[in-house]
Amino acid sequence: MVKRLSVIDVDLCVGCQACMFACVRRLGKGGLDGTCIHIQSAGGISKGFQVIVCRACDNAPCARVCPTEALVFREGGGVKFSAELCIGCENCIEACPFGAVFWDQEHQKPQICVYCGYCADYCPYDVIALEEIEAVNCG
Amino acid sequence: MAEFLKDPLTKVLFIDLNKLSYHIEERPELFEDYLGGTGVGIQLLSEYCPAGADPLGPENPIIFAVGPLVGHYPLASKTAALFKSPHTGNLGESHAGGRSAVALRMAGYGAVVIRGRSKLPVYLVITSDGVVFRDASAFWGMRSSSSVGSVLRMREEGSGLRSIMRIGRAGECQVSYANVTTETYRHFGRLGLGAVFGSKNLKALVVSGKHSLPVADKRAFRRIYDEIFREVTQTELMKKYHELGTAMNVNPLNQIGGLPTRNLTSGRFEGAEQISGERLREDYLGRRVACAHCPAACIHLAALRIPYPHDPYFYKTLMLGYDHELIYSMGSMLGIDDVPGMLQVIDEAELQGLDVMSTGVILAWATEALQRKLISTKETDGISLQWGQASGYISAIKRIVSQPTEFYRHLARGVDQAASVYGGEEFALSFGGNEMPGYHTGPGAHLGYLSGSRHSHLDSAGYSLDQKSLKNDQPLTAEGLAENLLNEESRISVRPWRRSGENIPRRISKESGRRSCMRNMPLSAGKVLIWKVSAFQAGFWKHPPQQE
Repeated sequence: MVKRLSVIDVDLCVGCQACMFACVRRLGKGGLDGTCIHIQSAGGISKGFQVIVCRACDNAPCARVCPTEALVFREGGGVKFSAELCIGCENCIEACPFGAVFWDQEHQKPQICVYCGYCADYCPYDVIALEEIEAVNCG
Repeated sequence: MAEFLKDPLTKVLFIDLNKLSYHIEERPELFEDYLGGTGVGIQLLSEYCPAGADPLGPENPIIFAVGPLVGHYPLASKTAALFKSPHTGNLGESHAGGRSAVALRMAGYGAVVIRGRSKLPVYLVITSDGVVFRDASAFWGMRSSSSVGSVLRMREEGSGLRSIMRIGRAGECQVSYANVTTETYRHFGRLGLGAVFGSKNLKALVVSGKHSLPVADKRAFRRIYDEIFREVTQTELMKKYHELGTAMNVNPLNQIGGLPTRNLTSGRFEGAEQISGERLREDYLGRRVACAHCPAACIHLAALRIPYPHDPYFYKTLMLGYDHELIYSMGSMLGIDDVPGMLQVIDEAELQGLDVMSTGVILAWATEALQRKLISTKETDGISLQWGQASGYISAIKRIVSQPTEFYRHLARGVDQAASVYGGEEFALSFGGNEMPGYHTGPGAHLGYLSGSRHSHLDSAGYSLDQKSLKNDQPLTAEGLAENLLNEESRISVRPWRRSGENIPRRISKESGRRSCMRNMPLSAGKVLIWKVSAFQAGFWKHPPQQE
């Protein structure tokens, strides 16, 4: 089974954004440009936070609208991205209902979670975790 | 060094509110000479605040600065604000977290200098593209500073990546201890930055950005990051802040007689247990939140459910930040031992945009002045101020801002000002014009408040020295105490980073012609002294220098 980043319990999120910084540090940089996970308040900090990250959909809408096959389905859920095929049309950004396709300003290409789990290692409160994708079983 | 210079922490954004224009200057040397926002900010203040500046005049600059660790390492989440204080007439220095520091750095700036005065109320949108000036006339006079925040949140972009700093009515009315609130629960609280915003017709700043930062040695960067991260999340180091928060100080301070109570007529409060960090956690803690890039998550929010008197089926649930200083100034200092009452007094001060600490001390003085008949309910506009009675204090806080009588106009200038008019100076609890913090632990605390460059408990942490000496049963000698306070203050305030054999104090001292006065002193003490001398020369010190 393939893995994805799961939001275990968003109510444990304190909004420290350590995951966002981790995602960029994974590539050896400081700061926030290039992060594939985003934390924002749920309409003001008093209301808690939202975690925005690729949930590795089955039949992912972002890959369905890609005109160049830069984004293709990953077996078992989620997508794989090939930057060299991408023409930067931003269709994928429009298509993702979660807003989980981010934009890399430096390279003018989309940036999507690669399901590595590096960010989860820096979540001190177990809000997120790398988990195997479960098949939805409706009985 | 070459790798370090790749770091984009070089830009200073200058904003001119007279002309509604801005420009950006490259000042790499500034960020190399000073490690951290405070040093950079003080240097910029010495460059741009003219001698004798009116703190509420267009010539008083507002300076925000951040340091090189911001955006790289956890816990580096504070912005230093430097200005001339309208409250004390001295150095104005106030620090706040929220997302302010990360947002400034990610917008590409190391510091911002705001000068002049806008004709119309404005708010500023600061991004890496520069500054947009927007009309804030519609926001001016709004009752709640948090409503302004929520409107700006809807109207402007950058959710999750931005800081929204704003003032309330107190800042608009230039109450000398008005604060600036950022991300609802963090504040540039002390010394009246909000009044300086108000004097410039500046309602709010929205700062956002999303840069990445180059790193010279990726492996070392990750290793050092991991060490710090482990320390702050898996050891005892930050546990106090994460678990109960600073509110855990309430009970221990009370036990040693160090919790200022009813205008410091006592150091012990019989209701301390009811308003302690432990009790708040048990009955009210509704959420803990963090500043950007700080996994310690020290911000504690109490969930307070309040029924509406006119309809038994209407309730509102407020989420209110609390910590030790708030519990002291709006709890024990006012004799309030019921948490809902205390939280509602805090809420009113927050809505108006007042520094809660100064406000509590001022109300405590007014209560004692009323008891001693120095004033009557004629002065207080009919408000009865009594220990423990939250509703009277809430009404008084509204009047500090609306100022219906002469008395409230004086209260709006601080406890020293009020006591100079109505008497009661012997129980006006301020140091150098700044109302006292919530630690009455002994000589270290009080000497620290008195001698600290901004008269704050955070200048030299004397309260910590007192508590250590009590715990170890080792009284501090006068010399030992003075040395400790000086060393601590110089350690945590200005930190020049030596470059090519040169250091900042020597250079400054040459300029100020006071080199001889530090010749036989340790560098750290000399630094503080030199800064004070320069501050005096720049017109920050209203008292004669022999007091230093």
